[in-house]
Amino acid sequence: MVINLELVNLECEREDRILFTGLSQRLSGGDVVQIEGPNGSGKTTLLRVLTTLSNDYSGEIHWCGQPLQRVKYDYLQQLLYIGHLPGVKKNLSPLENLRWYASVRGGQAQSTLETALAAVGLLGFEDVPCFQLSAGQQRRAALARLYLNPPPLWILDEPFTAIDKRGVSALEDLISQHAERGGLTVLTTHQDMKLANLVRVNLTQYRPGARHE
Amino acid sequence: MSDRENASAPALLGLFGATLRRDLLLAYRSRGELFNPLIFFLIVITMVPLGITPDPVQLARLAPGMIWVVALLATLLSLDSLFRSDFDDGTLEQYLITPQPLYLLVLAKVLVHWLVTGVPLTLLAPLLGVMLSLPASGFSPLILSLLVGTATLSLVGAIGAALTVGLRRGGLLLSLIIMPLYAPVLIFGASAVASAADAMPYVSQLAVLGAMLAVAIVSAPFAAAGALRVSANG
Repeated sequence: MVINLELVNLECEREDRILFTGLSQRLSGGDVVQIEGPNGSGKTTLLRVLTTLSNDYSGEIHWCGQPLQRVKYDYLQQLLYIGHLPGVKKNLSPLENLRWYASVRGGQAQSTLETALAAVGLLGFEDVPCFQLSAGQQRRAALARLYLNPPPLWILDEPFTAIDKRGVSALEDLISQHAERGGLTVLTTHQDMKLANLVRVNLTQYRPGARHE
Repeated sequence: MSDRENASAPALLGLFGATLRRDLLLAYRSRGELFNPLIFFLIVITMVPLGITPDPVQLARLAPGMIWVVALLATLLSLDSLFRSDFDDGTLEQYLITPQPLYLLVLAKVLVHWLVTGVPLTLLAPLLGVMLSLPASGFSPLILSLLVGTATLSLVGAIGAALTVGLRRGGLLLSLIIMPLYAPVLIFGASAVASAADAMPYVSQLAVLGAMLAVAIVSAPFAAAGALRVSANG
């Protein structure tokens, strides 16, 4: 089954200011969707709405033809979200962080966890507490989740922050492989992505003409 | 371990077990902070004979209420950190998008909170009872009532901690929200110990504490889970 996520007439407001309005877009499996817009244009707000973390919106969201609220449980099972705060415990090592995540998501073998950490270049650092790692390495500890038997929908908020050039290109490859398998990726970034099937959604186009105070 | 059905019983236990293990490990890694409520408990009780009276008869009358009030305040002190680090590092968002009941996750976190604050406070209490010349008949109800009572305090406190986690300075508000809910636990807990010290029956007070714990186990994690969703939404 091809997955799809449909936004119908979406509007978000923050502190009495409409961030975007009338956002309608159909996103389907195989797409890589880049949400664009300057700082403060509502990129993170939109992603939080898509992850169901925020229900502060008007309009409709459909997942595979069903209203999101009705299929929320199935939807969450298909979702992998790495936010602007990656959810990495600084007092735990990357392996311990990943082990908790994997157990909550249904359990993975130890070898799978180690393979995932090797894939993000943290082999040799798996037992070092995260507060001793660099910002980029902490980010990589979160990105290792993408290698754990990943679900079809990825929502990534600035995944390239603090990642070096080689890491960025590895991550781009991973995202395009995910798209080839029929997965859907929604992400925000200020980097130029070099992907063939990139869909750009520019939030400035959906900004209301007049702001109400 | 292999892939499991997400909604199956082992997966639910996996969520509970993994969170329990991770939080115990986190508590162990920052064990310095664990002693704060205990030290507070110890210091305040040590000051009572110095500040009020060293007379054993009067101290024995004060002991049940004093120990209970300070244990309650020590629990309150430790509550603010229950969800704070999860909120700050984004783990809370991951909790909320887990396709599993948040109830179990909150229950696991509260259980760890009780294991690292309520249980040590309970274990320390008999020593403080001796310092306040609590009569011998008061010791077993002191331990029992604190064991049951601190679990209720952790559960109820989780609601307040979840409600205030999104606020930068939630400490005072947390106390104001939680204090009225703590009052019944304090009344029955202290009264159980006071009755026993007077050689009166105390089983009924313990039964009420047990009932409060049962209600708290069933309902408090739901309320805290709902409050966490509200806090993360803001």
